[in-house]
Amino acid sequence: MALLQISEPGESPAPHQRRLAVGIDLGTTNSLVAAVRSSVAEVLEGADGRPLLPSAVRYLPDGRAVTGYDALAQQAQDPSNTIVSVKRFMGRGIDEARATGAPYEFVDAPGMVRLRTVQGDLSPVEVSAQILAVLRQRAEDVLGDDLVGAVITVPAYFDDAQRQATRDAARLAGLNVLRLLNEPTAAAIAYGLDNAAEGVYAVYDLGGGTFDVSILRLTRGVFEVIATGGDTALGGDDFDAAIVRHALAQAGIDAAGLTLADRRGLLVAARAAREALTDADTAPLQLMLQDGRVVALELTRAQFEQLAQPLVERTLDSAHRALRDAGLAPADVRGVVMVGGATRMPVVRRAVGELFGTEPLIDLDPDQVVALGAALQANLLAGNRAPGEDWLLLDVIPLSLGLETMGGLVERVIPRNSTIPVARAQEFTTFKDGQTAMSVHVVQGERELVADCRSLARFELRGIPPMVAGAARIRVTFQVDADGLLSVTAREQSTGVEAAVTVKPSYGLTDDEIAGMLAESVRQADTDARARMLREQQVEARQLAESVRAALQADGDLLAADERARVDECLAQADAAEGLTDVEAVRAAVQALSAATEDFAARRMDRSIRKALAGRKLDEIA
Amino acid sequence: MADDHFSLFGLPARFDLDTAALERAWRDVAARVHPDRYATASPAERRVAMQWAARANEAYRQLRDPLLRARYLCEQAGVDLQTESNTAMDPAFLMQQMEWREMLDDARQDPAAVARLQAELDQAREQMRGTLAELLDERRDPAQAGLKVREWMFIERLAEELAAARPLR
Repeated sequence: MALLQISEPGESPAPHQRRLAVGIDLGTTNSLVAAVRSSVAEVLEGADGRPLLPSAVRYLPDGRAVTGYDALAQQAQDPSNTIVSVKRFMGRGIDEARATGAPYEFVDAPGMVRLRTVQGDLSPVEVSAQILAVLRQRAEDVLGDDLVGAVITVPAYFDDAQRQATRDAARLAGLNVLRLLNEPTAAAIAYGLDNAAEGVYAVYDLGGGTFDVSILRLTRGVFEVIATGGDTALGGDDFDAAIVRHALAQAGIDAAGLTLADRRGLLVAARAAREALTDADTAPLQLMLQDGRVVALELTRAQFEQLAQPLVERTLDSAHRALRDAGLAPADVRGVVMVGGATRMPVVRRAVGELFGTEPLIDLDPDQVVALGAALQANLLAGNRAPGEDWLLLDVIPLSLGLETMGGLVERVIPRNSTIPVARAQEFTTFKDGQTAMSVHVVQGERELVADCRSLARFELRGIPPMVAGAARIRVTFQVDADGLLSVTAREQSTGVEAAVTVKPSYGLTDDEIAGMLAESVRQADTDARARMLREQQVEARQLAESVRAALQADGDLLAADERARVDECLAQADAAEGLTDVEAVRAAVQALSAATEDFAARRMDRSIRKALAGRKLDEIA
Repeated sequence: MADDHFSLFGLPARFDLDTAALERAWRDVAARVHPDRYATASPAERRVAMQWAARANEAYRQLRDPLLRARYLCEQAGVDLQTESNTAMDPAFLMQQMEWREMLDDARQDPAAVARLQAELDQAREQMRGTLAELLDERRDPAQAGLKVREWMFIERLAEELAAARPLR
């Protein structure tokens, strides 16, 4: 099996002593950071004593950025520099961004849309990184130490572009991503562990901008996702937009003539009215537009529910589809966990209850449950679990992955709802005599035509030896890792000529761009931070050298003499790094040692897994 | 060791498989090799874990589904199911196939026809399971089993089309 890995520049094994890991829910409306402290998961509050951080960033002319409640307070006054709901633009092009109707000045850019602000055209990745950086700082302040890593949650229905963008944002914020975790799965962990739940459960997750529904089977410490469905462009924001359209129609005002500030103000007022209607039967909506005209109405719950109905129906369609994919009927579902602030709407709760024939489970705070589940998973991944407190998470990919074939048709390679990690290969051949190159186009989606799916990457396999048509055997391998991220290789097999290509999907930021942004932040960092980085790198050099020595002792027989010599040489350099003062030199020594031991580590791991699997069989026989 | 799907899970290479034992074995292997176990390990170690986990998931997928399991057993025995030249089918099955196609056309308008076809396909599927258990496990005739597998593939394709023709709710 020919597999590969997208290389991770700058990423290195985590230190072994410190084990602080957090879960981060990077939401459309609000973001949270949580951690397991004294074996209980809890949301970490900001200096203001509030658990939620509104996912809002205001960029000021002097180069500073304000994040959270303070940014939110100014959004109607400074709409184009105050970015809210940025999650809706992650990994999206300009057309999709415009289709959300969000009041921004969008700028076209290769791969991903940019937002025009007083600080220039910003990528959604950069705005998200700003939010993540604030949460990281919050965690380090509260926990009093550096983090080994974070689990970042994403909507289950996020495609590869959106996941990649999220991971890029985390890296840009200086976070080591232990795992991208699907939001409904995170909620299931929090709920399942809390209630020792067993059986089939559904998670209905309606957030500010995205909707997910996942069907899981919970059995003795295994969380197995059977099917997932959703819509990454459907959330509470859309209910607000429906209210705005209604209000404007009532007032006889044409939306086309509104300013950015008007549109933002209307959305804020609509959201307040919608939230009020959770408890009240009517809510006022009032706003004076910049030109003096007034929008004023009293919205009844019945009116709102009529406006909401088409949106609610779309979520029910997704739920039915997920059930069908799972091969289950609504009655098979034991409980429905409600996640996301938008599930507070009575119209949503009622519809979900009717579909599944059971009262939705609302005992966990729908705003916090995802972050809490992510914190539990982060703690597990960091290796902090107590004996007996262990679980296994088996998640799936939400959308099928395939290749373009003749006539613009999609050949499916990995179907949706496949358990990850997954690797699968498909063979193709040449269609012309003497053909020496083949272009490979990777797409994601459920439709038959390439034009209706999302294009993830294109690359060319060159150097195929000339043969008659149909003689070449080109094996294309898709690999999806536990984060749901894809890599693809192609190889011509019949002649033994290897022409493998690794692609990183062609959207978002390139590795160079990220490296550039990180270098910039390092340059700007104060001397304290530089000293800390040097210390960190030295600790890392020491720990890596120690673990390599232990590994040599245990499995040195796996190395040939020349390989061993190279490792010893790099070990000596890592030892010497203790006395260096240049961060980059220390980093280089660490990287050289980990590169020199990469094959060795892989062979050891393979040996240990084979041993573990062999041991299992002996146990069973006994 | 563990070079084929069955031995990876420590199970006998049979068509008639204890699916509960398969599921237990998969979870056990998955728990040992899952990348979550190695989240803070080096990139090389994480990559190896991921490869093993992907292998375990793929093996489970192929063994869990009876049709894929039969295909796998045939392929392991050296029977090439892809051979386009080998399109010969039992004439009786070809007749049956045409009948079902007509029923599928009717089913697009008539809910009762949907139920009728569904029942027939379910029955055909059950028969296939019995036939293949006999061919693969008792008579050990993978070549004959290969022919039946191709008929079964047709039945499943039809079942998929039928499912797609049904309304969501």
